[in-house]
Amino acid sequence: MLLHVGKALPGLTATLPVTWAAATRLATRWMSTADPMTQRHDMEDLPPYASNPKWERVQAAKAEALLGGGAQRVAKQHAKGKLTARERLQVLFDPRSFREAGGLVQHRCHDFGMEAQRYFGDGVVTGSGTVFGRPVFAFSQDFTVAGGSLSESHAAKICRLMDRAVAAGAPVVGLNDSGGARIQEGVMSLAGYAEVFQRNVDASGVIPQLSLVMGPCAGGAVYSPALTDFTFMVRHSSYMFLTGPEVVRGVTMEEVTQEQLGGAATHTTKSGVAHGAFDNELDALSGMRELLSFLPLSNRGALPRTPCSDPAGRMCPFLDYVVPSNELEAYDMLAVVQQVVDEGHVFEIMRDYAQNIITGFARLDGRTVGVVANQPAVLAGCLDIDASVKAARFVRFCDAFNIPLLTFVDVPGFLPGTAQEYGGIIRHGAKLLYAYAEATVPKLTVITRKGYGGAYDVMSSKHLRGDINLSWPTGQIAVMGSKGAVEILFRGHPDIKAAEADYEEKFNNPFQAAKVGYIDDVILPRLTRQRLCAELETLAGKEVWRPQRKHGNMPL
Amino acid sequence: MRRRGLHALLQLASVAVPPPLWARPFTASAPCAAAAAGGPRLFRKLLVANRGEIAVRVMRTAKRLGIPTVAVYSSADAAAVHARFADEAVCIGPPPSTASYLNAEAILEAVRKTGADAVHPGYGFLSENAAFAKAVEGAGAAWVGPPEFAVEKMGDKVESKKFAAAATVNTIPGWAGVTRDAEHALEVATDIGFPVMIKASAGGGGKGMRVAWDERQLREGYELATQEAASAFGDSRMLIEKFIEHPRHVEIQVLGDKHGNVVYFPERECSIQRRNQKVIEEAPSPLVTPEMRQAMGEQAVALCKAVGYHSAGTVEFLANPQRQFYFLEMNTRLQVEHPITEAITGQDLVEHMLRVAAGERLSITQDQLLHFSGWAMECRVYAEDPARGFLPSIGRLQHYQEPQGPGVRCDSGVQEGSEISMYYDPMISKLVTHGPDRAGALAGMRAALDRYVIRGVQHNAPLLRSVLDVPEFVAGNISTAFLKEHYPTPEASAPDSLPLTPGQEDQLLALTAMLWVGRQQRLAGGGTLQDEVQLVLTMGGHGGRQVPLTVRPADPRFLPSPSPSSGGGARAAAAGSGAGQGLEVQLPHRILYVRDAGGSTAQLVRAEVDGAPVSLQVLASGPRQLKLQHCGAHRLVQVDTPLSASLQRHMPPPQVEDYSKTIRSPMPGTLVSVHVRPGQRVSAGDEVAVVEAMKMRNVLRCELEGVVAGVEAAAGAVVGADQVIVRFK
Repeated sequence: MLLHVGKALPGLTATLPVTWAAATRLATRWMSTADPMTQRHDMEDLPPYASNPKWERVQAAKAEALLGGGAQRVAKQHAKGKLTARERLQVLFDPRSFREAGGLVQHRCHDFGMEAQRYFGDGVVTGSGTVFGRPVFAFSQDFTVAGGSLSESHAAKICRLMDRAVAAGAPVVGLNDSGGARIQEGVMSLAGYAEVFQRNVDASGVIPQLSLVMGPCAGGAVYSPALTDFTFMVRHSSYMFLTGPEVVRGVTMEEVTQEQLGGAATHTTKSGVAHGAFDNELDALSGMRELLSFLPLSNRGALPRTPCSDPAGRMCPFLDYVVPSNELEAYDMLAVVQQVVDEGHVFEIMRDYAQNIITGFARLDGRTVGVVANQPAVLAGCLDIDASVKAARFVRFCDAFNIPLLTFVDVPGFLPGTAQEYGGIIRHGAKLLYAYAEATVPKLTVITRKGYGGAYDVMSSKHLRGDINLSWPTGQIAVMGSKGAVEILFRGHPDIKAAEADYEEKFNNPFQAAKVGYIDDVILPRLTRQRLCAELETLAGKEVWRPQRKHGNMPL
Repeated sequence: MRRRGLHALLQLASVAVPPPLWARPFTASAPCAAAAAGGPRLFRKLLVANRGEIAVRVMRTAKRLGIPTVAVYSSADAAAVHARFADEAVCIGPPPSTASYLNAEAILEAVRKTGADAVHPGYGFLSENAAFAKAVEGAGAAWVGPPEFAVEKMGDKVESKKFAAAATVNTIPGWAGVTRDAEHALEVATDIGFPVMIKASAGGGGKGMRVAWDERQLREGYELATQEAASAFGDSRMLIEKFIEHPRHVEIQVLGDKHGNVVYFPERECSIQRRNQKVIEEAPSPLVTPEMRQAMGEQAVALCKAVGYHSAGTVEFLANPQRQFYFLEMNTRLQVEHPITEAITGQDLVEHMLRVAAGERLSITQDQLLHFSGWAMECRVYAEDPARGFLPSIGRLQHYQEPQGPGVRCDSGVQEGSEISMYYDPMISKLVTHGPDRAGALAGMRAALDRYVIRGVQHNAPLLRSVLDVPEFVAGNISTAFLKEHYPTPEASAPDSLPLTPGQEDQLLALTAMLWVGRQQRLAGGGTLQDEVQLVLTMGGHGGRQVPLTVRPADPRFLPSPSPSSGGGARAAAAGSGAGQGLEVQLPHRILYVRDAGGSTAQLVRAEVDGAPVSLQVLASGPRQLKLQHCGAHRLVQVDTPLSASLQRHMPPPQVEDYSKTIRSPMPGTLVSVHVRPGQRVSAGDEVAVVEAMKMRNVLRCELEGVVAGVEAAAGAVVGADQVIVRFK
C-alpha cells in the first residue's frame, strides 16, 4: 500500500521519511487536480496506523537525521554558497531515485563529552540511486554534523557502501566536505581513513571512483580522493592540502592563503591533483552526471552506447585545411577533435593542466572513446613531464575500463632542457610509453602532422600494438625535423639546401611509414570521422590475452 | 504503372501551370529569354579578374553559356572556391591585393597565357579602372564592362555631376563650386533653402561636415567645419548643398548595348547601411511609386546616353520621404546587389553583359522590365564582429551550411573549411530571397538566416536577422541612418543583446526544453518520453528569471496540423527522416507543441512549434546550459530540475573578471612589443602594446590614465582574442 502511494504521488517515492502531514498535503493537492475517477485511491492513502509508537519513534529518528546539524548550521552552509549533504545527493541522482542506507548510524565514542553529541548518520549520508537510469553509489559528507569529521562509524558507512558497490559493479561518487579526522576518536578515526584507502585501492580498476571536493579536505583525508580515478573541485569553496597555511607558515615561513595553497585553481593548473573545477556546486554535480554517462559501470560492464544524432558518415571538410602550410605555424588540435567526435562534444579531463596534451572523453557513433591528442598550439605539442603523466594516467583509466583509445598525433618530440631532464622526463615519459604499450583496448591513431623521434613511438604507434594507425597527407614521420637531421647527416655538405629538400622529400610525408605498414592508410582529413567510426565498430570485439602475472612494474 | 501515371500527371501539371517566378528555385544562372536560342559561343574563353563570390557567380553564367572559364588567384587563395570552380586557374601573385588582384600586368599575362578572349572584372579591384579596361582590349580580349570614357567621366565626382546636370538629371541643389566665405555660404544657403550641408571639398569620413538648419547654425557650423577641414585635410575649401532629411538610397540598374539602346530596371533600395556600406537591399523599394520609378529610370537612361554607356551600370539616387530624388553617383560596373534585380525580373545580368560585350543587341525591351514579379531582398553576410564596431573577423569556417530551398539564393565563394583572410573583403555571402510580395521575401529571409550555420568567425547574420524584426523595417519606413538609430552602440549590435519578443522567447524556451529532454533521453539509453518532466529554465544564466515548465508527450489527437503556408508536405516528409516525438510544453501562461522536424545537425535544430517550422541554432552546450541562437539573438539558457532551481539561490554569482582595468588583445595574433613596465604611470592615449595579426600591426593604447600593475604576456607570445596583456591598478 505504501508503495502504491509512492507511485501515485510524484515526490513521495523516496523512502526518506516524509511526515504524514506532508504526505496528506501532497495528496490533497494531487487530488484536487486529478480525475474524479481516481478518487477510489482515497482509502489507500490513509496512514497505516492511527497510532503506533514503534513507527513513530523511527519517524522521529529519521526526521532528526534529515535536519543534519540543525537549521542554523544549514543556513551557514548555504551562506557559503554550499549545499547540504542531502541536497547534493538529490541533485546528483535522477529525481526521486536516491535511497539512503545507514541513516540511523551513530558513533560509539564516549570521550570528551562526545556521548552527548550524537547525530543520526554521523556526518555522512550514504546510499545509491540512478544517474541517467543506471545504478550509482555515493557518499556525501555532511559539514553541518561535527564538521563532517570522520569517525570510526562514519568511515564504516563509507566502507560498507564501497563493498556493496564493488559487489554490484557500479561506480562510487564521493562528495567530500569534511574538517578532517574526528580528534576525539583518536586512532579509531585514523583507522577509518586507512580502511577507506584500502577499499579505494581494492576498487581501483574494478569500478569507476569519482571524487568531488566541495569544501575542506585536509590532512590524511586528501588521500582518498587522490586514490580515486578522478578528483573535481568547486572554485572558491573547496581546498585540498596536507598541511594548512598556518603550519606552512610555522615550518617554511611561507605566507600563503588556503586558496593559493590548495584551491581549485592551484590543483587544476599547478599540481595536477584535481582533474577539473566548476564554478558552483550545481554545475559540479551536473558535471559528475555527465562524466558518469561516458563510463561503464565497472570493468565487467559494457561500454555505454547512446543513440547518436550525429551521422557516423559526416564529412569534415574543415579538417582538409586545418593544418597550416607553414610548418612552424600552430593550430588548435581541440578544434580537430571536436570536428571528429559526436556533436563536437569533448568532456575534457585536466583541461587546464599540461595543456600541450588534450585528454578527455567523447563519443564516436554513440560509443565512448578516450581521446588523447597533442596540442600544437601549446609548447608546439611537445611531450614534457606533466603532459606524460597526465596522459599516462588517462590511458590507464581507459584501459582499465575497456574504453577504446583515440590518439591524435602532432608531436615534435620531448621538451628539451635541464628542468625536464633533472625532473626525470625519462622516468615520466616512460609512464606514457608503458601505459600505451600495456593497453589492450582498441587503439586508433591519427597522425595529423609531426610524429618525430621517440615521441612518435610513444603516441600509440603501430609498434605499441596500435590497431589502426592512420595519417593525413600532411603527416611527417621521422627521427627529427629536416633542419636538425640535415645538419647532422650533411655537415659540411656544399649544397645544404638541396640536402634538406632531399630529406623533406623522403621523410616529410607519410609514405615511408606507409610503405612498411606502420601506417595502415593515408586518408583525406575530411574522411577521418567516417573512417574512425567504421574502424571502431570493427574493433568492438577486440580481445588480447596476456601471460599471467601479479602486476607489471610501471615506472612510477 | 500507377506510379508512372502519377508522374505523367505531375509533369503535365507542371507544364500546364508553371509556378510563379518567386516559387521556382532560382540560381545565378537562370537563363534569360534569349539564351535558349543556342547559336555559337559568345567567347572562346572568359577570364574573371576577381575572387570570391562574384568570381564564382560570373563563372556560373559562363558555364551555362558553354564558355570555358579562367580564374586568377593569389597564393592565399590557392584553395579558394573560385580557383577550383574555374576550368583553368592562374596564380597571379602573393596575398596582398596590390600584388595580385590589383596587379594589372599579372592579370594581362594570365589573359595572354590562357588565350582568354574576354575579361569580366566583377566588382571592386580593377572593375572601374579605365586604364586596365584599355589594356585588356589592347591584349586582344573583350572587356565585359562599360566603355572607358564613361568609366572615366562617372568616376569623377565633380565631372559626373556636371554630366548629370547637363542630362537634366536631378542633382542635389547647391553651389557647384567652392564658397568664398561665410557670407557667401549664407547667400547660397538662402538661395537653395535650409537645411543645408556644409561639406569640406577634400572631405571624407564625416570630418569637416556640418548640417545647418538656420542662419545662426550656418555661421557657427561654417566656422567649425572650416577649422576641422583645415586641420584634418590641410584644405579649408567648403561646398554647400541641400541637406536631405531621412535620406533613402534608391538606385536604378541600367543596361545598354553598343548600338545605343539603354534600358532601366526596377529600382533597388539600399538604405540599410553601416558606415556607408550597404548591408540589406531590396527590390523594388517600398518608397517608390510607378511614376517615381519611371522618372528615375528615364533620368538614368538619359545620363547613360549622355556618356555613351553600354554594359551594366547603376545610377544611385538619394530620395527623401516626399519622393524627391537627387543624383548621387553612377557605378560603372556590376553591383554587389544585382541578384535582387535578377530575382524580380528573371534576367541574368551577367549574361546580358557578356552578350553586349560580344556586340549583340539588347534582347529585352523596356516594357518587359516594367512587369516584374514579386519582391526580393538581399542580406550581405560579413565575417565581422558587430560587438567590436564591425571589426573584420578572420579565421576558418569550422561549420558552414548555407540555407537552400525555393526562393532562396546564396551567392558565396566559400565552403566549410574556407578561410576568411584579412587580405580581402570579409564578405561571406550574399543571401537573397524572393517572394510574391515584400512580406513573403521578408519571411523567406528570416527563415533563411535562421538556418544559415556559420561557425569559426564572428559574423553579422544575427544582427541582420534582428533588423528584419524591427517594426520600422517591416513597415518599410527606413533611411540610411536606420542602423545607427536602432543599434546605436556596439553593445546594442552584439548578438547577446539583440532583442526577442515575448513570443519568440516562449518558442526559445519550449525548444530548449525539447532539446534538453531529447538529450536526457539519449543519455538514458534512448526511447521516447513516457512521463511528464518538470524543468526550470533560466534565461541569461545566473540571476536570470526562472521559468518553470512541464514537458509531456503530446497526445497526437491534439497536435496542431501545420498551417498551409508552412508547407503541409514538410511535416509528412520530415516524419520519415528522423522526426522526433511530439511534445507538449506547458509554459506558465501557455502551451506550445514542439517536435524535432528531422534533419537536424549538432549546430542546427529544425523543429516545429505549433506546427510551424522553426530553425534554432546550438552555439554551445554544457552539462547544465545551452547557448542558443533564435531569431538572431544569442541566449544562454540554464536548465534545472525544480529541485536544483530551488537551490540556485544559494549559488554564488559567477566571478566575472573586471576587464575595465586591462588592455586585451583585440584579435588572435602575435604580441610584437609591450611598451610599459609594472609600476609605470600611463595616461590616456599612451601606446601600451602592439599586436600583429596577419601582418597588420594594431597599436593598443590606454583609454584612461593609471598605473601598470602587471604585464601578463611577453613580446613574441601568441595571444588569443580578449587575452589580457596589461593590467592596471
